[in-house]
Amino acid sequence: MNPALEFRDVAKTFTLHLRGGVQLPVMGGADLAVHPGECVVLGGPSGAGKSSLLKMAYGNYRCDHGQILVRDGETVVDVASASPRAILALRRRTISYVSQFLRVIPRVGAREVVAAAGREGGLPADIALVRAEELLSRLNLPERLWDLPPATFSGGEQQRVNIARGLIAERPILLLDEPTASLDAQNRAVVVDLIRARQAAGAALLGIFHDTDVREAVATRVVDVTAFAQTRAA
Amino acid sequence: MSDALLQARGLTKRYGARLACADVSFDLDPGEVLAIVGESGSGKSTLLSLIATELQPNSGSVSYRMRDGILRDLGLLSEAERRALMRTDWGFVRQDAAKGLRMAVSAGGNVGERLMGAGARHYGTIRGTALDWLAKVEIAADRVDDPPTRFSGGMRQRLQIARNLVTGPRLVLMDEPTSGLDVSVQARLLDLIRGLVAELGLAVIIVTHDLAVARLLSHRVMVMRAGRVIETGLTDQVLDDPREPYTQLLVSSVLAA
Repeated sequence: MNPALEFRDVAKTFTLHLRGGVQLPVMGGADLAVHPGECVVLGGPSGAGKSSLLKMAYGNYRCDHGQILVRDGETVVDVASASPRAILALRRRTISYVSQFLRVIPRVGAREVVAAAGREGGLPADIALVRAEELLSRLNLPERLWDLPPATFSGGEQQRVNIARGLIAERPILLLDEPTASLDAQNRAVVVDLIRARQAAGAALLGIFHDTDVREAVATRVVDVTAFAQTRAA
Repeated sequence: MSDALLQARGLTKRYGARLACADVSFDLDPGEVLAIVGESGSGKSTLLSLIATELQPNSGSVSYRMRDGILRDLGLLSEAERRALMRTDWGFVRQDAAKGLRMAVSAGGNVGERLMGAGARHYGTIRGTALDWLAKVEIAADRVDDPPTRFSGGMRQRLQIARNLVTGPRLVLMDEPTSGLDVSVQARLLDLIRGLVAELGLAVIIVTHDLAVARLLSHRVMVMRAGRVIETGLTDQVLDDPREPYTQLLVSSVLAA
């Protein structure tokens, strides 16, 4: 079977022009394939480039070298060279990304934040609203908070809104950047169930999980990204 | 794939020896929001005026796909055609509300006037549509007969939006629509713009020096400096992984709240 997401010889270096052009090599020669139904967990110390890999796959960071191939229905898109419009189309129908932090929008309530993500992913408005409520209930976000903007929520509450946003439209590729970092054990277990359900439904998952219990519960494979450390001198 | 709504090609404007806008080209698709960012004097407002055909370029062209599907060079339109286009299919929300509104005319009249300019004649329909739009931009019914001179800055901007959107334009230009407003007023206005743009599928070109505004509203961003586009791309990519020294400076100069 073809992978849903594949990194081929990917390299990334940050150039800090405000620091005299200092070069920060993040990785080089990164090869990794994620197949449908797999949950690949990235391992390695912080600063090894785990988040950068996810952000490159989402088009949030540029990729300096190599290819990042995303299967999009019958075609394959190289995120490393795709136009902004092509990347936005992938985000609508193919790739979800759950970051650690919710980017809050003033004045928009939690339920609407989640439902809007569903509509952007192609769900009809009424279904998006129902799904948003189901997910927020499942994630134990008290109903009295649903109409409030998440700006004032605790870290864990914001994170649950963010997870609901990332999961509402069921896209074939799911990128997870420490989705359980600020959650208690009960809510971590809910997230594990949600992740396993997406995996069982055939989604390809690539994630970072620092909690050992979560990692062991969801990982089909752990890849140590220190193997991708840049050897080419920057 | 030439289904662009608007095409700018090689737009160049000189003021004497100074290049205010140098060889700028881009395409804008229907429903796409493009932010033009840069500091004062970077040429971003000059570029917007060139796009709006309020300034003549020294060279280059702007083409627009008319409602009949044909892409036409705006520089070759007759004055009557150009005005008709600006009155109906385009909107222009300006930083200074006094330049985008008729300050001595009531709020309802400001919206109604644009409808009449687009050919509406029936008073009852005009009034009804104007009231609907004023409600959409959260202007209370009891303020409809007040002139914008009696409105706050935020209300004036919301009135400008109603006046521009009432004719169902496909493209709206915005020049720093939120600057000079209190932050809470800004947030309300941005949220309103964000909602309407998504609901109506508008194409927007927004000039702003505020990177947070660009991030909240736009799909793509162009960074300008000294009249040139120095970096362009997906908004979150340019803001989270800026490549050019000047873009890195702009991004790193923002205070995180």
